[in-house]
Amino acid sequence: MITVRDVAKRFTLHNQGGAVLEVMDGAALEVGAGECVGLVGASGAGKSTLMRMIWGNYRIDAGSIRVAGVELAGAAPRDVIALRRGTLGHVSQFLRVVPRVPTLEVVAEPLRVLGMDATEAETRAGAILSRLNIPERLWPLSPTTFSGGEQQRVNIARGFVHPWPVLLLDEPTASLDAGNRAVVLSLIEEARNRGAAILGIFHDEGARTQVCTRLVDVSGFAVAA
Amino acid sequence: MSGAHPLLSVQGLTKSYGARRGCADVSFDLWPGEVMGIVGESGSGKSTLLSCMAGNLTPDAGAVVFDTRTSGPRDVLAMPEPERRMLARTDWAFVHQNPRDGLRMGVSAGGNVGERLMGVGARHYGQIRAQATDWLGRVEIAAERIDDRPAQFSGGMQQRLQIARNLVTGPRLVFMDEPTGGLDVSVQARLLDLMRGLVRQMGLSAVIVTHDLAVVRLLADRLMVMKDGLVVEEGLTDQVLDDPQHAYTQLLVSSVLQV
Repeated sequence: MITVRDVAKRFTLHNQGGAVLEVMDGAALEVGAGECVGLVGASGAGKSTLMRMIWGNYRIDAGSIRVAGVELAGAAPRDVIALRRGTLGHVSQFLRVVPRVPTLEVVAEPLRVLGMDATEAETRAGAILSRLNIPERLWPLSPTTFSGGEQQRVNIARGFVHPWPVLLLDEPTASLDAGNRAVVLSLIEEARNRGAAILGIFHDEGARTQVCTRLVDVSGFAVAA
Repeated sequence: MSGAHPLLSVQGLTKSYGARRGCADVSFDLWPGEVMGIVGESGSGKSTLLSCMAGNLTPDAGAVVFDTRTSGPRDVLAMPEPERRMLARTDWAFVHQNPRDGLRMGVSAGGNVGERLMGVGARHYGQIRAQATDWLGRVEIAAERIDDRPAQFSGGMQQRLQIARNLVTGPRLVFMDEPTGGLDVSVQARLLDLMRGLVRQMGLSAVIVTHDLAVVRLLADRLMVMKDGLVVEEGLTDQVLDDPQHAYTQLLVSSVLQV
């Protein structure tokens, strides 16, 4: 479902003397349906860079990344938007939302975009919020005022509210207590068991052992400084 | 979501003011349901481009092809004037930065909304008033303010009224020029929420000109960056903001103050 071949990435810092940072070269990996692959490697080795290229917010300078058959290198914005709408899900580390929008709507939004009616979408959003222990009295409030752990769980709820066939997870268990961590890990296992292709960064070693079917060390893709 | 044609296809749009370049050779396609942001500093040509597209300015060269309901894609610039005006009253909407430019200040709030309906042939007073009331509600203006004039409204309310006036005829394409400019941040958030909801519910396509990167990040699917009348970078909004390629975009992104 995810195929990365010979991918290179560099950053050109035009406003810092035109410095060119070659950060990645020859990156390759494959994630099939029903797999959960964990990216490992020291801080700065390029785990997040690789994830961002697959999500589409970093440009791919060379090589090819295909997600569910769609080539992302040089893809038109509308193709990436369509891919994200129904196929490629993402749990980032930060929640970015329009202020004032109630939590329930934030979580239901991906379903609404897919054309589901409001009642059904909000019922599903409520179910996943309950599972992640976000009390119902918080649902009508904007998550911008929530604690870090609560925001993270809202983010996770949004990332699991639709059964995306491909999922990218960036530190999904960071800043969660033991109980909520267990809920998130079981959500990941369920997604994997229904056949989702999952790629994630987990600094939490226990989590990695529990959910990952395989690890890929990105250190080999890094360009030596 | 997407049909066979882009809703709007801009080709080689160019406008000069004497020797000075307004905008040069701008081309892009906008698909149904897409929101495109145009960013750039003052004087970068973004408002000139918007005015040329919307027919408020006549470009020197280029084409603005719109997928009309009745006869498919047509170059708006080559349309007879009455037809173009009809389009501007029905399928197109223009939200100005200053609500005073988009509202009739001497006419009541209800009148401002109703006028656009009458422009497309509505004549039944009761229905017009009912629809106006419904739209005031959607933009969160209390029904009892329907007979007040916009001059009695706050800036944020005026802006919401301007949006109601524009959207009441169910347009398919909305041009917005700095819609949140000059408003308090708390009012901006409310307006953003409102616009986001309306765009999704009505399946609108929109072109939003702004200098506020936070606004485009939350509203726009795609982004175009302009400098000195030229498009220097374009692409998926989060790609342009997270991995800017052009020196000017890098400067723009790195200049945003963090709260």
